[in-house]
Amino acid sequence: MIKSYKLRRGLANTFIYILLAVLGIIWVSPLAYLVIQSFNTGKEQIPQTLLPMAYGFDNYIALFTNIGSLNFPRWYLNTFVVACFSCVISTISVLMVAYAFSRLRFKSRKKFINVGMILGMFPGFMTMIAIYYLLKAMGLTQTLVALVICYSAGAGLGFQISKGFFDTIPRALDEAATIDGANKNQIFWKIILPMSKPIVVYTVLTSFIGPWTDFILAKIIMGDARDNYTVAIGLQQMVSLEFKTRYFKQFLSGSVLVAVPVTILFLKMQSYYVEGVTAGGVKG
Amino acid sequence: MRYIDYMQLNPFQRFGYNLGKFFKKLPSNLARFFKFLGRAIVGFFVGIGKGIANYGKRFVKGDAGVKLSYLIFGFGNMVKGQVIKGLIFLLLEAAYICYMIFFGWGYMSKFGTLGTVKATTTLDPDGFPVTIPGDNSMLILLYGVVTIVISAVIFVIYIANTKSAYKQYEAKKNGEHIPGFKEEMHQFLDEKFHISLMSIPCLLIGCFTILPLIFMILIAFTSYDNAHLPPGNLFTWVGLENFKDLVSITEGANKASTFVNLAEWTIIWAIFATFSNYILGMIVALMINKKGIKLKALWRTLFVVVVAVPQFVSLLLMNQMLQTNGAINQLLSVITGAHQEIQFLNSTPLMARITVIIVNIWVGIPYTILITSGILMNIPADLYESATIDGAGPVKSFTKITLPYMLFVTTPYLITSFIGNINNFNVIYLLTNGGPSTEQFYQAGWTDILVTWLFKLTMNNQDYNLAAAVGILVFIVCATLSLITFNATKSAKDEEAFS
Repeated sequence: MIKSYKLRRGLANTFIYILLAVLGIIWVSPLAYLVIQSFNTGKEQIPQTLLPMAYGFDNYIALFTNIGSLNFPRWYLNTFVVACFSCVISTISVLMVAYAFSRLRFKSRKKFINVGMILGMFPGFMTMIAIYYLLKAMGLTQTLVALVICYSAGAGLGFQISKGFFDTIPRALDEAATIDGANKNQIFWKIILPMSKPIVVYTVLTSFIGPWTDFILAKIIMGDARDNYTVAIGLQQMVSLEFKTRYFKQFLSGSVLVAVPVTILFLKMQSYYVEGVTAGGVKG
Repeated sequence: MRYIDYMQLNPFQRFGYNLGKFFKKLPSNLARFFKFLGRAIVGFFVGIGKGIANYGKRFVKGDAGVKLSYLIFGFGNMVKGQVIKGLIFLLLEAAYICYMIFFGWGYMSKFGTLGTVKATTTLDPDGFPVTIPGDNSMLILLYGVVTIVISAVIFVIYIANTKSAYKQYEAKKNGEHIPGFKEEMHQFLDEKFHISLMSIPCLLIGCFTILPLIFMILIAFTSYDNAHLPPGNLFTWVGLENFKDLVSITEGANKASTFVNLAEWTIIWAIFATFSNYILGMIVALMINKKGIKLKALWRTLFVVVVAVPQFVSLLLMNQMLQTNGAINQLLSVITGAHQEIQFLNSTPLMARITVIIVNIWVGIPYTILITSGILMNIPADLYESATIDGAGPVKSFTKITLPYMLFVTTPYLITSFIGNINNFNVIYLLTNGGPSTEQFYQAGWTDILVTWLFKLTMNNQDYNLAAAVGILVFIVCATLSLITFNATKSAKDEEAFS
C-alpha cells in the first residue's frame, strides 16, 4: 500500500516536472529568442532562421555608433534623466501624503482618502489630452520637463501601499517621541523614515522603473520630436513600417539593454510588489 | 451562532458559514450603502447651510476689523497685530483681482457660449491674406476651467480669512495671547504638519489630475469633434448629444454600433483575460508549490522574468514574432517541414482575438503565480489531507478546496485585475494596434477595446467629445466595481489594527 502510494506520488511528480519544464521553455523562449537574435550578425535585417548563423556584438555597436535619425544613446540618456528626477519628486510626495494619511489625524482626512481613491479610477489617458494642452499653454510640450511633471505630478495618489506600511508601525513610538519633546516634523524625518527603509526602497524603485516602461504618455507628449524620445517610443519607432527593414536587429539589442536593468530591479523588489498588489485583500 | 460554536467548526464549515453570512447580509449591506449615500448628500447640504449661517454670524458679532476683512482680505488680522499674515491675505486678494481683470474674466464671460466670433481671413491692401483671430473655443474652455478652479481656491482662502479675523477678535476680547507669525509658522511643523506635507502634492494633483479631468468631463458635453476644430472653427455646448450618439443604434458603420460592438468585445476580453490568467496561473503555482517538487525558486524565476521585462518590450517582440515572416511561423515551418505563413494578427477577427487572448496568457500567468503563491501556501494542509483520505483526486481537490478558498480570499484582486483588463491599453495597442481593420466600425478595428478606441478617436480622428463620453462611461463601470471591492476589503475598516 505504502509502496504504491510512493510510486504514484513519484509518477505524479515526474509528470509535473515535465510539464513545468515544457511550460518554462514556452515562457522563456521568446525572451531567449530576443537575447540570442540580438547577437545575430547575419546580413539580413529581419532574421530568417530561428538561430543566427553568426554571433557578434555588431548590433550593439551599431546602436551606439550608427546614429542616423534614430539616436538610441540619446534616448537612453533622456530616459535615465527623466527617471531620476521623477523618482525623487514622486518618492517624496508619495511618502509625505502616505505619512499624513497614516499617522496624522486631521479634519476631513477620510474624505481626502476617498477622493484620492476615486481620482485613481479614471482611465489615465482620459486626462492626457487636457494635460497636453495645459503643457502647451506653458510652452513645455515635447520637452523632458513635461515628462517629469507628468510622471511625478499624480504620484501622490499612489499613497495606498506606503500608507499600509506606515499603519503597521506602532503608534507608541510617536507618543514616546512626543513626550520627549519632538514635534511631528522631527518624528517624520528621524523616527518613521529610518524605520521605513523597505517601503522607501520600493517607492524609489517603482517610480524609477515607471519612465522606462511607460509608453502612451511619452508618445502623446513627444509627438515627432525624435531627439527627446524615451526608450519605449524610440524602440517602437524602430519597428515601425518606416524603419523596420533597417533597424530590426538594433531594436532587438536595444530591447535587451532596456530589459536587463529593469528586470534586475524588478526581481529585487518582487516581494514588495506582491505585498502591494494583495494589500487589503488578504489581511484579516 | 455563538463564538464557541464557530470555533468548533472545521475550516471548511467556517468557510461555508462565512460565505452564507456574506450573501445573507448582502441586501442589508446594499441598503446601508444607499442610506450612507443619502446621509452623505443630506450632510453636504446641511454643511453648506451651517457654513452660510456661521459666515453671517461672524459678520454680525465681529467688530469693525472683522467686518472690514469681509471686503479687504487680512484686515482683521492686521489690526490685531498679525501684520505678515494679514499682508499675505491681502496680497492674494490683489493677485486674484489682477488675474480676473487682465486674464480670467475675458475667458469667463465667454464660457457660456464658448465663443461666438469665427476666425476670418481677409486680404490686406497689398493683396496678402491676413487672418483675423476669432474666439478659440478650446482655450476658452481650458482657461474657463482654470479660472473656476482658481476662484474656488480663493473662495476657500476668503472664508479662512474671515474665520481667522474672527478668531483673533475673540482671542483679544477674552484677553488671550495672539500668536505671532513665527509661532504660527512653527505650528506647521507640529499640529498643522499635515498641511505642510499635503499642500505640494495636492497642488500638483490639482493642476495635473483634477483640472484636466474637469476639462475632459466638460468636453463630453460639447461638439468638439473633427468638424469643429479650433482655432478655425468654434464648438459649443450640446448637452447629452454625445451620449445619445453612443446608444442610438441605426444601420451602418456609425458610432453607436461601434460602441456596442466594442463594449461587447471589451467585456468578453476582460472576462477571458482575467479568468484564463487566474485559473491557469493558479494551477501552475500549485504545481510549483507542491510538496516534493524541488528547485521551486528556479521554476518561479523562469515565469517571473516575463513580468520583470518591460511590457512594451515583450509585446513589441511578440508582435514581431507573430508576423508572417516572424519567428513563430519559422518555428512552425521547421516543425511541419513545409513553409508556413499564417497571418495571426491580420486575417480574421476571430483568429486575431484568440491570438490576443493567448498572448495575454503568456503575459499574465506570471503575475498570477507571483501573487497567489503566498496565499496558496496558507491554505490549511489538513483540508487537502482529509480530502485525499475521502478519496478526492487532484482535480476534485482543486475545484472543491483550492478554487473556493482562493476565490474567497482574492476576490478584491480578481476585481482589480478585471478592471485592469478593461483598461488594458498596452496589450491591445502594442500587439495588434486594434487590427484587423474594418470598414464596419467607426475608427476602430476588430480587436480594439473601448480604451484603445478612445485613444484612436483622440489621436487619429480628433473626436475629443466622443472620446470623453466613452471615457466617462468606462469610468462609471470601473468606479462602481472598485467601490464594491473597496467596501468588501477589510483593511479599509481595520486600518488601525496594528497601531
